[in-house]
Amino acid sequence: MILGLETSCDETAAALVTAEGEIKANVVASQVDLHARYGGVVPEIASRRHLELIGPVIDETLSAAGVTFADIDGIAVTAGPGLIGALLVGLSAAKAIAWSRGLPLIPVEHLHGHVASLYLQPTDLQPPFTCLLASGGHTLLLDVSDRGWENVRIVGRTLDDAAGEAFDKGARLLGLGYPGGAEIDRLAKEGDPAAFSFPVARVPGLDFSFSGLKTALLYTVRDLGPDAVAERKADLAASYQHAIVRALTERVHEAAGDRQIAIVGGVAANSALRASLPEAIAAPLALCTDNAAMIASAGRYSVRLTSPEFLALDAHAQSL
Amino acid sequence: MTTHSGAETEAAGARLAMTLQAGDVVTITGELGAGKTTFVRGACRALGVTGAVTSPTFTIGHRYEAPTPVAHLDLYRFVGLSSSEWGDLEPYFDGTICFVEWPEQGAAWLPRVRAVVHLEHVAADTRTITIDDADDSRV
Repeated sequence: MILGLETSCDETAAALVTAEGEIKANVVASQVDLHARYGGVVPEIASRRHLELIGPVIDETLSAAGVTFADIDGIAVTAGPGLIGALLVGLSAAKAIAWSRGLPLIPVEHLHGHVASLYLQPTDLQPPFTCLLASGGHTLLLDVSDRGWENVRIVGRTLDDAAGEAFDKGARLLGLGYPGGAEIDRLAKEGDPAAFSFPVARVPGLDFSFSGLKTALLYTVRDLGPDAVAERKADLAASYQHAIVRALTERVHEAAGDRQIAIVGGVAANSALRASLPEAIAAPLALCTDNAAMIASAGRYSVRLTSPEFLALDAHAQSL
Repeated sequence: MTTHSGAETEAAGARLAMTLQAGDVVTITGELGAGKTTFVRGACRALGVTGAVTSPTFTIGHRYEAPTPVAHLDLYRFVGLSSSEWGDLEPYFDGTICFVEWPEQGAAWLPRVRAVVHLEHVAADTRTITIDDADDSRV
């Protein structure tokens, strides 16, 4: 059984996954939960929060699965990309457990983790496939030929804003709550996706550009004025969402050709995207946003480091 | 100055970049969609960053290897900045040329700023850019 740890950005998470890809426990202490728990007071986005939460989250994971450290045969941990201080909390915890228990440490790329959410039971997807990885921080089209990370090829990417960021900033322009993507998804169900036409820039190759879309929404909101925006909020949300989903769908079809399509990351939870790609294998909703089950899953297909080799391992902030 | 396309905004970033050196901090303000990341992308290109330069809103910080390393921070998601949040951001300033979007939240913490860039919407592709440089002799 592999213990996975994830602390690259907002979420402090731990999970236990078997060699066969069965999730035994999956615990996420999310900033969104804290946000709700503290009545809208935004908790700090800092490694100190990860430090406070990592111990309790690991304990909760072990007790949820009814196991002890003795039942674990490897520690998978996100080594990057992410905020350096945040990554170091997970990495240091992983090193300490691995060292004291004599276990191998498995550094994992956060983005490999998202793809590996598809390798867990019951999805258990077999490559090859074309994967759309869309979240707040990343939007990538990946050519996945096997379950490791070394041979995954990036065939398209956003040149400016990530799709999840486009959702979130659109929600802010429309005066919606947080998290913005879920709010737009909910409101869009009551609106007409053809009410407004928001252009998405076509850039060469298989890349994406969402920055202009956000600006188009800003100008529309300004031109309409606050009263009309309030009245037509659902139409604006539906049309804006439609533009993002259409851009993602078109590109993923171009990239995939006849191959299997898969979608992962926070944006893969969007109901309109899932509906517009009925043939795609989507990550289960609970595994779309950051979690550690996906990191443990990726750990099954990554290189195991032994002590003292892993003690020198450093986090990397670099984006791909 | 006034720019009429994303490419011109990138070129404005590139011109400022040529005056910068390690340790310099540049803040970039402006509304959503004003072209802050576009400006920084132009600067990064001029400083030798070859890979994608994307918005760090969700990831908070990017660090790019280049002859002088470049950091790109975005404080959009912060509400104020606690000392421990600042502690996490501090390494991004170490030995880099550092660009900071949405710097308002970090005003109490940021090191001395070398240049202050402000972008404003005029029309669809038109922006006015003002740059207040703390050291005019190097522009």
